[in-house]
Amino acid sequence: MSSTEKHIVLAENLTVGYTPKVVSEKIDFQLNQGDLCAIVGVNGVGKSTLLRTLAGLQPKLSGSIQINDSNLESYASSKLAKELSVVLTEQPASKNLTVQELIALGRQPYTNWIGTLNEEDKKQVQESLTSFLLEDLQYSRCHELSDGQLQRVLIARAMAQNTPLILLDEPTTHLDLYHKVQILKLLQELAHRKQKTIMFTTHEIDLAIQLCDKILILDGAENPFGAPCELIEQKHFERLFPAEMVLFDAKTGSFKVNK
Amino acid sequence: MGNLKPYRFSFILIFLVLGLAWLLNISLGSVAIPFKATFSILFGGQVDIESWNYIIWNYRIPKAFTAVLVGGGLSLSGLLMQTLFRNPLAGPFVLGISSGASLGAALLLMGASLITGFASFSFLNDFSLALAASIGSFLVLLVVMIVANRVKDTMALLIIGLMFGSITAAIVSVLAYFSSAENLQRFIFWSFGSVGNLSTQQVILLSIIVCVGVLLSIISIKRLNAFLLGENYAQSLGVSLKKSRLIIIIATGLLAGGITAFAGPIAFIGLAVPHLTRQIFDTMEHRILIPSVFLYGAILMLLCDTIAQLPNSANVLPINAITSLVGAPVVIWLLVRKRKMLF
Repeated sequence: MSSTEKHIVLAENLTVGYTPKVVSEKIDFQLNQGDLCAIVGVNGVGKSTLLRTLAGLQPKLSGSIQINDSNLESYASSKLAKELSVVLTEQPASKNLTVQELIALGRQPYTNWIGTLNEEDKKQVQESLTSFLLEDLQYSRCHELSDGQLQRVLIARAMAQNTPLILLDEPTTHLDLYHKVQILKLLQELAHRKQKTIMFTTHEIDLAIQLCDKILILDGAENPFGAPCELIEQKHFERLFPAEMVLFDAKTGSFKVNK
Repeated sequence: MGNLKPYRFSFILIFLVLGLAWLLNISLGSVAIPFKATFSILFGGQVDIESWNYIIWNYRIPKAFTAVLVGGGLSLSGLLMQTLFRNPLAGPFVLGISSGASLGAALLLMGASLITGFASFSFLNDFSLALAASIGSFLVLLVVMIVANRVKDTMALLIIGLMFGSITAAIVSVLAYFSSAENLQRFIFWSFGSVGNLSTQQVILLSIIVCVGVLLSIISIKRLNAFLLGENYAQSLGVSLKKSRLIIIIATGLLAGGITAFAGPIAFIGLAVPHLTRQIFDTMEHRILIPSVFLYGAILMLLCDTIAQLPNSANVLPINAITSLVGAPVVIWLLVRKRKMLF
């Protein structure tokens, strides 16, 4: 990474949790423009809490988060909506929205007081539909979609919001292997082709190792962060799960059951 | 969201239907006035019987106007609640807003005389009744709001609304037991619901309340659309949750509380009309829904009131009975046909 590249997210000595309970502490990482980064770790270690904190949906406990060289807290919510977009595990409240309507809601930070879409907004919505292979589904309602399709719609909405940073909470849960790979490849393409910084939590460590530029391992102690191969060399994945149950194969970059 | 032009024709149609329903409402009533005479009165012509003129201008037209405000306003408040609470079953009745108003009215009509020991009609005028009912509904709305913030489960919210209904019913029956027949009757008549018998000042006050409610809803259109994704998504789109919740709650409270205060607790309109409108317009866009829900509510209320008047007979049915008879089957039909209610 050259030093001319912009830091989109910078977290230093960050502690997240729900006052007064600390869920995860000593988190340090920095992401540049166009980085695809996975947050991995065992259940309950604070992946989602970290993501929600980065998204400004809950306050941090201590440390600092910088988004585009300004403190996260210094952004007004309308300003922040142009810096980062989110895809959450929760389903949209109304599943009666059509795909096109839902994606168009991503344009809200840019539209006027009543939400009229201008040419630029329509272009962005169309681009999102195309990028996430949703053109045939654009008039379907969300309750008619499969899990994989709905997930693509939610990510397309985040893309339509056109922010430098996109945060996703477990975008591949409930999906079969094919759709997991499909989602992650679409994310990779979005990051590299459109120069978006994308951070997502996942349990698919094998896939993350193959596709991501950076990985943040939340292990409840030192929380290592780096490129997948560096982390493999430093044997961080071996320590993620108890060795009597799961073994990490450094050659293939995958986990095996310890028989 | 998308283009608004395809809806232009539908809106012209609704306005026509509204006009027809309005004409029907003022032409029919306990006194039989021929259609021809009604038209001639409306357009300033002369009629043989002077009392017809009086009935149309001083009774039926204000009543029809009130019906438009009441039906439209209640339906709009139902739409706001359904979006805000992310719950297709939300409405002024279900969430206990109407119960709150009833409690306020009951405490004033029956409780005040119990405590002070005499029926003080000096302060029992219609404005204090409206005020008491409004305060009651706002207090319930406030409690529902606080609970909604604590429990994420929308089902719990409905149960709390139902419990409020029970508490109200209990207090009302205790009050009724000790109340004088006269005060009890006043309360019972109020609880039947009625869009007639409002004085000119009351109609003006009600119009102002409904107008403010509608204006607040219109400025919330974009936020309401964002709420369709859920609160976290709305926040990530730059919506200030506290501010928008407050504005929407005030709008809901004004509409549901104010209307219930003047017209009594009117059932089912607030719950059923937004669903009917979504069936017909097939959209979730609040730019379309807000005006169309208001208009449909107004039409339905005019029709219900026309039926309640039992044309050409001296009897008037409680309007609540009619709205329930129309509204409850609609809700059941929606549930059966759609399997689940979506909003």
